[in-house]
Amino acid sequence: MWKELIKGIIKENPSLVLLLGMCPTLGVTTSALNGMGMGMATMFVLALSNVAISLIKNLIPDKVRIPCYIVVIASFVTIVDLSMNAYTPALHAQLGLFIPLIVVNCIILARAEAFASKNNVIMSLMDGIGMGLGFTLSLTLLGGIREILGSGSFFGYKFVSENASTILLFVMPPGAFMALGYLVAVVNKLKKAKA
Amino acid sequence: MKPKNLESTFVNMVLVLVSIAFLSSASLAYVYKLTKDKIEMSKKSKQLVAIKEVILPDYGNSPSEEMYKIKVEEGGELECYPAKQNGELKSVAVKTYTKNAFGGEMWLMVGMLPDGTINKISVIDQKETPGLGTKVTEEKFTSQFMGKNPNLFKLKVKKDGGDVDAITAATISSRAVCDAIERAYKAFVSSK
Repeated sequence: MWKELIKGIIKENPSLVLLLGMCPTLGVTTSALNGMGMGMATMFVLALSNVAISLIKNLIPDKVRIPCYIVVIASFVTIVDLSMNAYTPALHAQLGLFIPLIVVNCIILARAEAFASKNNVIMSLMDGIGMGLGFTLSLTLLGGIREILGSGSFFGYKFVSENASTILLFVMPPGAFMALGYLVAVVNKLKKAKA
Repeated sequence: MKPKNLESTFVNMVLVLVSIAFLSSASLAYVYKLTKDKIEMSKKSKQLVAIKEVILPDYGNSPSEEMYKIKVEEGGELECYPAKQNGELKSVAVKTYTKNAFGGEMWLMVGMLPDGTINKISVIDQKETPGLGTKVTEEKFTSQFMGKNPNLFKLKVKKDGGDVDAITAATISSRAVCDAIERAYKAFVSSK
C-alpha cells in the first residue's frame, strides 16, 4: 500500500518523469506559492476522483467509461474552483483559467483509466495522493527555482533589494521551459545512478 | 480476475451516464449554494478597498451604494462611485478599463476630484507580463498621476509627446493605463 503512495513522488513523478500535465506545470509556476496552490488543487481532485471512480468502476459500461470519468472529474474540479474562489480569492485570481483546466489535465484521466478503474478504493486513494504529492512537489520546486532566479524571492519573501535586476526571463514562458528541462535532466541523472 | 463491468447495452449506458450527471449536478448545486455568498462578498470587498484607496478620505456616505453609470463616448458605460460629505460631492471613483493592454483588458479604479483632477489610481485587474508590465500597479508609476488635471497634463507617454513617464520595457502597458484614465476622465467630465 505504501508503495502506491511513494511511487508518485520520484519513480513515477507525473511531471518530471512521466511528463504529463505540462500545461499547468509550465503555465502557473511563476512563483513557489502558485506552483504549490496548483499542485494542491490538482492533488485534491486526483485523490477524490480516484476514490469515486474506483467506487463506481463496476457500474460503468466499458463503452462510456471516458465520458463518465470526465463528468466525475469535472464535478470535483468545479467544487475546487468554487471553494478556492470563496476562501482563497487571491490565489484563485493568480491561477485563473488554470483551475478549470485541471479537468483536461492528462494525469487525472490517466490515473483514472490506468489505476482507479482496476484497483480497490484504498489503493486508488493512495495512488491519487501519491501522484498529487509528486505533482505538488515538482510544481513547487519549479516555481521556487523560477521565483528565486526571476524575482529574487522565495514564497513571496524578497531577499534582494528592490532595484536589483533579476533574471526576468525565468518568470516568463521561455524560462519555464528551461527550468523544467534542467529539472528533468537532473531527475534522469539521479534515476540512472540508482539503476 | 477483475469483476465484470456492467454490459455496454444502450439502456445501461444511458442510465449510467444520466445518473452520474444527475448526481454531480446535484452536488455542484449544493457547493454553489454554500460558496455563493462568500464569493460575492470577497468580490465586493476587493472593489470597496479599491474605491477607498482612490477617493479622498473625508466622506460620509457609502459610495458603493450610490453608484451610478456614466456614458463613454465610443459606447458603453462606466461605474461611478461618488464620495460625498453633507451632500456635497468631494471626490469620485470611476471604474474604467482599456482594451489596449499587453495582456488584453486591464481594469483600473480612478479617483478624481469634482473638477476632474486625478487623486489616485489603482489597478484592479491586469494580465501584464510579470516583472515588466505588472510594474504599472506599483506606487512608483501610479504616483505620477496624483494631483494632475488631464486638462494640463497630457495623458500620453513621453514617447508619444505626452507627460507620462513610461516604464522601461513596458511602454504598451503604460500607454494602456493612460488610455484607461483618459476614458474615465472624459466620461466623468462630460457627464457633469
